[in-house]
Amino acid sequence: MHLMYFTEQPMSAYPEQAGRDFGATALMFSNKHFDPVAGSRLYNNYIEQYMLAEEVGVDGIMLNEHHNAPFCMQAKANIFAAILAGMTRKVKIVMLGNPLPLAENPVRLAEELAMIDMISRGRLVSGFVRGGGQEQLATGVNPAFNRERFEEAHELIVKAWTQTGPFRFEGTHYQHRVVNPWAVPLQKPYPRVWIPGVISKETIVWAAQQRYPYIALNTSIEQTKKIWELYDSVALQTGYVGGPENRGYLIQVHISDREEKAIENARQFRWMQGEFTGLAHPVWSTPSGYGSPSNRRAFVEFAAGRAKNPRGETSFEQQMADLRIIAGTPKTVIARLRRILEETRPGILALWGNDGRVSQEDSLTCIRLMGTEVFPALREIAKSLDLKSPFEADAPVHLRYSTDLKPAKAAAAE
Amino acid sequence: MAVLDWTDSTMDAAGTRLHVARAGRGRPVMVLHHETGTLDRLPFYDALTKSYDVLVPHHPGYSRSERPDWMRSIRDIAVIYRGLLSELGLRNAALIGLGFGGWIAAEMASMAPADLSHLVLVGAMGIKPTEGDILDLAVTGYIDYARAGFHDQKAFDGVYGAEPSIDQLEMWDICREMSFRIAWKPYMYSQTLPHLLGAVCVPALVVWGDDDKVVPLSAGKRYVEALPQAKLHVVKSCGHCVDMEQPELLAKLVTDFIGRG
Repeated sequence: MHLMYFTEQPMSAYPEQAGRDFGATALMFSNKHFDPVAGSRLYNNYIEQYMLAEEVGVDGIMLNEHHNAPFCMQAKANIFAAILAGMTRKVKIVMLGNPLPLAENPVRLAEELAMIDMISRGRLVSGFVRGGGQEQLATGVNPAFNRERFEEAHELIVKAWTQTGPFRFEGTHYQHRVVNPWAVPLQKPYPRVWIPGVISKETIVWAAQQRYPYIALNTSIEQTKKIWELYDSVALQTGYVGGPENRGYLIQVHISDREEKAIENARQFRWMQGEFTGLAHPVWSTPSGYGSPSNRRAFVEFAAGRAKNPRGETSFEQQMADLRIIAGTPKTVIARLRRILEETRPGILALWGNDGRVSQEDSLTCIRLMGTEVFPALREIAKSLDLKSPFEADAPVHLRYSTDLKPAKAAAAE
Repeated sequence: MAVLDWTDSTMDAAGTRLHVARAGRGRPVMVLHHETGTLDRLPFYDALTKSYDVLVPHHPGYSRSERPDWMRSIRDIAVIYRGLLSELGLRNAALIGLGFGGWIAAEMASMAPADLSHLVLVGAMGIKPTEGDILDLAVTGYIDYARAGFHDQKAFDGVYGAEPSIDQLEMWDICREMSFRIAWKPYMYSQTLPHLLGAVCVPALVVWGDDDKVVPLSAGKRYVEALPQAKLHVVKSCGHCVDMEQPELLAKLVTDFIGRG
């Protein structure tokens, strides 16, 4: 089991009323409300949190990236990855991940990631994402080519990591006449790539076809099971059997030494008016061409205010009952997480520990209890359930490095 | 009202199936619709059929025409339409471009200035405004965007209904996706087009609603400067979609300008 700490790095000092008055807290919500003095304090708070996480023994620190919104202060995940590469010694730096379509020059991304891998002495996990709809608009990238750019940038980066240069790359969206970066990853064949996601079937299928672990982001137990059903069926068609080493899960878990305090702090998981990414116009979150054509009709109904959000809206209490938010003392939290591990069998687990306006003191307490009490217990549970991480299972980095591929029928028989 | 002889056909152009509506007799007039697609029939189109052989192709990727995945620019559409006119044996057609369709018409005019009778641009995109910006589809809701094309919201209700159908919303999303595919950056204008319009020596009429909230009038003024024989007509109390808001008036402006038959 690979156990990680995650925070969205909330810009908790933004004026909430200003967001309510404007009616949105993303993309077009003015950055005149961004206070760099508070920003400076918060960035350094987050570094302190990560350093404590390493000290108390977490296996990995999960990082991500978003733009133009208070829910996440990381405008470039590679900056924090580089900081952690130099400041930490043991933890894996797990980027979930770099939004590939946003890159105008994926070779540059390949170089940056190779530098992070070398500086960290081979501790990089280089996850890739498509980026949310708003990220495309915030960076001026065409949402209609999002998936094509994702797949092509991935191809180019892996090529830059594994094939000696100079070579030429003539793609549909990326053309590079000289690819020859003088920075290559320390880990061979290349750093592990994990693919996080929420709802897109296409991404689950793609990850399974690559044999990259898929990290389900705070989905309900039922949704998570459906994701693994799809992943496993694609795995069988591809010639291998999916297992815990292919499965990751991120869940909102706040730990405190008192139950009431934990629950009070856990309410902060809904600090962005109950929306992870803040209030936004639906066409910002899902610009045309970004989503699956099969969802088009349901989406336009929602965008015009004539249907409920297809992603669903639930109360804090309901999310607690559904185990999408867990809060409590280590004892309570361990019991609930045991159920998730039993039901969904992941080999990678990230706890999203703190959000919103949870104080730095309470955040550090949460991390301390996570590392000293919750994670040791989860390791025992994982052992008893045989939940191996990709590292423990020595899983191939990509399908092409598999030594156990079988014809689809034989794999299905296992 | 007389029964109109509209025919709808599908034509192959550059490997793409295009929907083309056609009616009327007289000089050939090609009408190029907005980036919001087009309804099958509109009073403006009907009005033109009294004097002309009117062709309304649905742009590739819009309304009833197939989406060519390879397409990357407005100029690709202009080339396809040049080919279409040539295949139909229609020479010296007049071009009427509405909004986004105005950009296509201007590109077509610049490509073959000798094969053109008149050019009419109505609230045309395609040139960077000197003041203000072209309204961004990407950050505006479907209905809000379509409504922004009208000065009088009752006129919008008359065309689309006060509560546009889900089919209409879905079509707007499909059209929007195509606009992103071919006009994302720079958004809805060409940096080279103004330099290429100097050869278009035919008479040009540039029509703009005085309350155009989609394309600023300053873009219209740039068109008038770039086209050697252009004059500007500003329509009072009218938004971007002059064709849908004041169809009779626009049809009269066009027939007065082109002449009958």
